[in-house]
Amino acid sequence: MRELVFLLFGEFFKIGLFAVGGGPATLPFLMDLTEKYDWYTMQQLTNMVAISESTPGPIGLNMATYAGVQTLGVFGGVVATAGLVMPSVIVITIIAKFMEGFSENRLVKAAFYGIRPAVTALIASAVWGICRVSLFTQSEGRMVPALKTIVLCVMIFGFLQVKRLNKLHPAVWILAAAFIGVVFRF
Amino acid sequence: MKELLELFVVFFRIGGLTFGGGLSMLPMLKYELVEKKHWLSEEDLLDCYAIGQCTPGIIAVNTATYVGYKRKGVIGGIFSTLGMVTPSLLIITAIALFLEQFMDNKWLGHALMGVRAVVCALMLNTVVTLAKKSLVSPFCVVVCVVVFVLAMFTQVPTILLVILSAVLGIVTMLFSERRKNK
Repeated sequence: MRELVFLLFGEFFKIGLFAVGGGPATLPFLMDLTEKYDWYTMQQLTNMVAISESTPGPIGLNMATYAGVQTLGVFGGVVATAGLVMPSVIVITIIAKFMEGFSENRLVKAAFYGIRPAVTALIASAVWGICRVSLFTQSEGRMVPALKTIVLCVMIFGFLQVKRLNKLHPAVWILAAAFIGVVFRF
Repeated sequence: MKELLELFVVFFRIGGLTFGGGLSMLPMLKYELVEKKHWLSEEDLLDCYAIGQCTPGIIAVNTATYVGYKRKGVIGGIFSTLGMVTPSLLIITAIALFLEQFMDNKWLGHALMGVRAVVCALMLNTVVTLAKKSLVSPFCVVVCVVVFVLAMFTQVPTILLVILSAVLGIVTMLFSERRKNK
């Protein structure tokens, strides 16, 4: 139990230290954890993303709390969140104290010139993993496409490309899809 | 002490009333910190937002720590962060425990399968938006493709990919500067 607490804290500390670009950037790391430990499954991770997007608060914090609760109950949520936040508090305090004009520094800018496209790629690969477990079902070791889910996903993605619909809150889409899921028995 | 509590309450309100974090939090931060409390000027807020974005971690937490530190030092940073974190902790813990209880329910199962479709659509949309913003030069496209292939088909740790891309960005800039100087 004590070892698990330290492990949970340590893993989320690492995420807080290396997930550059906020909430969505924690996704590839959260996915790594499904491969490394049996804390939660990819299906549960998909639920976490849905809940985190449709409740108040920063998505990254919500996902960390959820993952922690899945792993170790209420206390786990506190531990994971504390781990995630700790590097921010330390790094930002140092920057606020010692580095005027940090975000204008040319080395920082140059590093971000490389990091930004890399983070896009990392998130894309994590999203691919989520799509794979969400849009396909396993049967006898083979991947079978879940047609209803795929059609709904493509439709909503299409809607999201329309400027006015894009402004709608994610929770609206999530509630609508939950309703459709019940009505059409996904 | 009163000011510390005030920091906690303000960031508790921001954390509990905004959905999405990151950029969607900017209007709320502006309202609370600039217009209501006059703790920051609008330029200060944009500066601290820039710092929040180019440092590791959750942008909202970084911003909270920064504002708290500027007002009341290290303790101020900690109180603001605690305020930002508490609503998420309470709400998500409640929902997670609740959902686990009803996971076997047939109707919840159908609903969650439907929700999965939206999650995929929303995340794909996030990737498209990010790609439009971050792929601003041939160099960026190359980095993005290489990192994507490595992340998909190899076991290279994610942390290493982040560090390598930062180094690559710095090296590329140094080279292009040297070429300009010649």
